[in-house]
Amino acid sequence: MSFRAQVLLWTAQRVSAMVLGLCVVAHLATMIYAVRHGLSAAEILGRTHGNYAWLAFYMIFVAAVAIHAPIGMRTIVAESFGWRGALVDLAVLVVGVALALWGWRAALAVFG
Amino acid sequence: MSLLRVSVWRGAEAGEFRAYDVPRQESQTVLDVVTHIQRNIDPTLAYRFACRVGMCGSCAMNVNGKARWTCRTHVADVAIDGVLEIAPLHNLPMVKDLVTDMAPFFDKMARAKSSFKGSRTRADEFARVMPDSPRRKEVDAAIECIGCGVCYSACDVVTWNPEYLGPAALNRAWTLVNDVRDVTNDERLAAVAGDAGCHACHTHMSCTERCPKRISPTAGIAGLKRAVAAAVLKGRL
Repeated sequence: MSFRAQVLLWTAQRVSAMVLGLCVVAHLATMIYAVRHGLSAAEILGRTHGNYAWLAFYMIFVAAVAIHAPIGMRTIVAESFGWRGALVDLAVLVVGVALALWGWRAALAVFG
Repeated sequence: MSLLRVSVWRGAEAGEFRAYDVPRQESQTVLDVVTHIQRNIDPTLAYRFACRVGMCGSCAMNVNGKARWTCRTHVADVAIDGVLEIAPLHNLPMVKDLVTDMAPFFDKMARAKSSFKGSRTRADEFARVMPDSPRRKEVDAAIECIGCGVCYSACDVVTWNPEYLGPAALNRAWTLVNDVRDVTNDERLAAVAGDAGCHACHTHMSCTERCPKRISPTAGIAGLKRAVAAAVLKGRL
C-alpha cells in the first residue's frame, strides 16, 4: 500500500472518530431517554418508522463505524501479531463492508 | 558502610542478570555504580559513557525498568529498598552487557531525511529567521535533542512495529520541516508518512515523559501528522 493510501486511511480514521464521538453521545442519550420514559419496542419503532432524520443519523453512524473499526483492526493485528500486507488489508476491507451492510440493513429495518 | 544490591545485565540477547554489591556513597550516580563494578569487581563489564555531565547521551541505559541517562541519575532517586536493576536500552540489538548497537536508531534518522539541505551558498546573504516567528519557536522547542536513544527505548510502538521511525528521528524531521531555509520538505514529509512513520504514533507520550532534555517528540509527531495529511489532501504529495 502506498504511503498516500496509508495517510488517507489515518485521516479517514480521525474524521470517522470525530463523527463517532457525536453519534455515540446522541445514541446513548436516546437510549437513556427511552429507558427513563419506559418506551416499549413498539413505541420506539413507531417513532423511527418513516423518520428520515433517524434514518440519516444511523446511516452516518454505521458508515463511521464501518470506516473506523477496520482501520483500527488493521493496526491492532499488525502490532499484536505482526500480520501485515495485502491479505490483511483485504480481510479488514471485508470486515468493513460486512459492518456497513449489516448496520445499514438494521437502520433500514427500523425505518420500516 | 551500606551496600547497594545491583543486578546488571550480562551477555547479549541470551544473557542474564548478575548481582553485585556496591558500596553506597553520597551523591552517587548510576554511572558511578556501573563504573565501580567495572573497575573494582568485574573488568569485563562493557558499557558506554563519555562526557559524564549529560551532554553526549552515550550512557543511556534502563535503570529499574526506565530508560535514563545514568550520569544524571542519582541512585537516591531510583533505588528501591537499596536495589538497582541496570539493563541495556530496549528496542536496540544488544552487543554486550550494557552496550547496544545504535545503528538502527541512526539509520532511521537517515531514513527520516534528518539532514538539512538549503539553497543558498556562502556567497549569499544570511537567511533571516525571526526568533519569535511561529516556525522558529517550533524548532526551538525540539532542537536540543542529542540523540541518546532514551525516547526510542521507551517507545512501545517501536517494540510493536520495528519499522517505525521512532520519536527521535521524527522529532528531528519536525525541526527541519519548520526550518524555512530547507528546500527538501516535501521529500521529508513523504519519508515520514504512513505506517512506519508519524501516523503509527499512538500518542502514549512515553518519549515525552522520559526525554532527559524535556523535549516533546509527541508534539512534533502530531505536527508531522497534520502537515503530511494536509500535503496529501492538497495533492502536493
